[in-house]
Amino acid sequence: MKLLTGNDLNTGLVTWWTGKDWSIHIEDAVDVGEDGETIAAAEELARRINGPYVIGGELTAEGPRPAHIKDRIRALGPTVRVDLTLKPNDPSAAERVI
Amino acid sequence: MVDQLNHTTDTPIVSMDEFLSESNAIAVRIEPGEDARLLLPHLDRLTLVEVAFPKFRDGRGFSSARILREAGFTGTLRAQGDVLIDQLSHMKRCGFDAFAPDVPLNPDHAATALATWPEYYQTAADKAVPIWKLRHG
Amino acid sequence: MYQYDQYDQAMVDARVAEFADQVKRRLSGDMTEDQFKPLRLMNGLYLQLHAYMLRVAIPYGTLSSKQMHMLAHIARKYDRDYGHFTTRQNLQFNWIKLDDTPEILTDLASVEMHAIQTSGNCIRNISSDQFAGAAADEITDPRPWAELLRQWSSFHPEFSYLPRKFKICVIAAQEDRAAMRLHDIGIQIIEKDGVHGAAVYAGGGMGRTPMIAPLIKEFVPLEDLLSYLEACLRVYNRYGRRDNMYKARIKILIHEIGADSYRAQVEEEFAQVKALGIDPPRAEFDRIAAFFAMPDLDANASDDLDLSHKDFALWVGQNVAKHKAAGHAIVTISLKPIEGIPGDATSAQMDLMADLALQYSHDELRITHAQNVVLPHVRKADLFAVWEKLVAAGLATPNLDLITDMIACPGLDYCSLANARSIPVAQKIADRFADLDRQRDLGELKLKISGCINACGHHHAGHIGILGVDKKGKENYQLSFGGSGAQDVSIANITGPGFDEDGVVDAIERATDKYLAERRDGERFIDTYRRIGMAPFKEAIYG
Repeated sequence: MKLLTGNDLNTGLVTWWTGKDWSIHIEDAVDVGEDGETIAAAEELARRINGPYVIGGELTAEGPRPAHIKDRIRALGPTVRVDLTLKPNDPSAAERVI
Repeated sequence: MVDQLNHTTDTPIVSMDEFLSESNAIAVRIEPGEDARLLLPHLDRLTLVEVAFPKFRDGRGFSSARILREAGFTGTLRAQGDVLIDQLSHMKRCGFDAFAPDVPLNPDHAATALATWPEYYQTAADKAVPIWKLRHG
Repeated sequence: MYQYDQYDQAMVDARVAEFADQVKRRLSGDMTEDQFKPLRLMNGLYLQLHAYMLRVAIPYGTLSSKQMHMLAHIARKYDRDYGHFTTRQNLQFNWIKLDDTPEILTDLASVEMHAIQTSGNCIRNISSDQFAGAAADEITDPRPWAELLRQWSSFHPEFSYLPRKFKICVIAAQEDRAAMRLHDIGIQIIEKDGVHGAAVYAGGGMGRTPMIAPLIKEFVPLEDLLSYLEACLRVYNRYGRRDNMYKARIKILIHEIGADSYRAQVEEEFAQVKALGIDPPRAEFDRIAAFFAMPDLDANASDDLDLSHKDFALWVGQNVAKHKAAGHAIVTISLKPIEGIPGDATSAQMDLMADLALQYSHDELRITHAQNVVLPHVRKADLFAVWEKLVAAGLATPNLDLITDMIACPGLDYCSLANARSIPVAQKIADRFADLDRQRDLGELKLKISGCINACGHHHAGHIGILGVDKKGKENYQLSFGGSGAQDVSIANITGPGFDEDGVVDAIERATDKYLAERRDGERFIDTYRRIGMAPFKEAIYG
């Protein structure tokens, strides 16, 4: 699958394209197929996103999983500060993104 | 100053190569990689030097401008190309007094940008008195 | 410490107003990200992996307790209650909102701080010796020189769009505690015929092509310094490569044309520039220097120190250095607790360090390039009280310059440029070598970790260096030995094929075991490596 991601223009937080909006939860991300670049350009122009880009990934039981470790860390948060990630109560979350 | 913001001229501007081989031009254009010092023997007949900024990130033109002003060039010194509002103040300090930006600049925004700094730390090619001199008279 | 006058304050205030306007134009769509990026970078605002990151300048690593309290306040109010001290003696906040930045910069300006030129292709924050003004081995305090350069380089009209970033370091001691020769320009203040002047080195740096700066000029007198540096920068601005960002640093220019040719061009330029009268008068230097006068130390302070408490004695032996004044000492607070993140400090810890500085160190703190914090002027009689308070805050790890006092960049946990994580490797190594007796037996061992070839973690300058790379989507770590950022400066050599995270920890242990087996009296790890070479270590690691 192909995922569209970027950082929110104001908060800078990592966000994922949900088909109609942006979410900080990768579980909400949808497969953008071949439309990623077009959506990215429009959303950037609308000033809802900073530096959007399309990445590869696969759909797993837990939801979409980016192909590259960098984007998996982006989706979670710093692996050395579980308390600051999106899964603060899941100590094994960091291991699963590596 | 602001009337020089989106500067135009009818004077034909020639390249450095042309200028240095053909003696009657009075306006020349310097590309980023070209040596402004080659113009120093000819400053008295130059009325306009255009310094090219093909990309705003390429800051070689700032040095070209200062070299010309430091050598006593008194004609029009014009920054042409990818010239951004937020670079105007530095450009003016380096000796530019005219601008020919690819995208026309908004005069109000330009006036604000040029008024950013109350004083300056360094001596440059403008007439500003540096802060150290203000401190010690 | 330097204090702003109305001119300095007006400059910083003007910058805040300018950036507030730029943020507004970005959010309203008047500016594209492409246009905004260089402007936000010149204000220290990056877009990192998880959020915007704001890098605050701590000029030459010196700050007051009030300033440290402000950093704590910002961490609490706008960030997630902590900050990260960097190898450039700066502080980074990791979770900043774009529209909060004008307010943060306003708060910083209220205590004479800023984020000016902490990024971008301009002259960056000037770095210096963290023991400046207190070190027993310095010929003078280098900070007045550094402050002179801070002012000269701030909003420099000609050098704000250089081919690449530009880092300057000033030291004035025999021992190099600031990696001076690994800077674009390194300055050592020396004395000649009773007069102080600058020995100027240029073209050093780390990154993907590490180089040690050659000496360009033996002695530049104070009255020529700014003209000379202006000439150095102008030659670089005109002739530094702009076709390839990886070859754009001044080290590549000087390497390609040679130090002699660079020197000759600088001299030619200097002859022109010197005539312009851009050097401030001696009175301006004296005005600045007066701010750095030694604080009013207790002249009757005793050199006696009761070391009967074993843990206190260990800490004094490791983290306390000789002060130039009798009865005083320099304290280094380690930000490298065994379970911790190198260089990170919570708001509460920042507040505590600020309080200690006010009470015991004449209101001064320093940040070191090894990501620790220094209390430069502490009475020996107060050391025990300081230590007890540090212990309570988890800040008394007695490991300065030992293997667990690692430099580590934020790596792939935070940084958008990184290829691998640095912090988990640092934590695993610290865990393996946690036993203090073992660390002390290994002696001075500078271990430095970078998560990518940009080398923010100074791995080229580590006695042991680790470079994280991406090997087919997996984190992989290259090991190197023999680097140094001190006066015995050298660039480390790669041992061989890389390792995974656990593998690199094992390899380091095999190497330190080899060192223990081979070392002669008084030899540090790096001394043994230099004497016996890579081969025996390679054999030990790869067998």
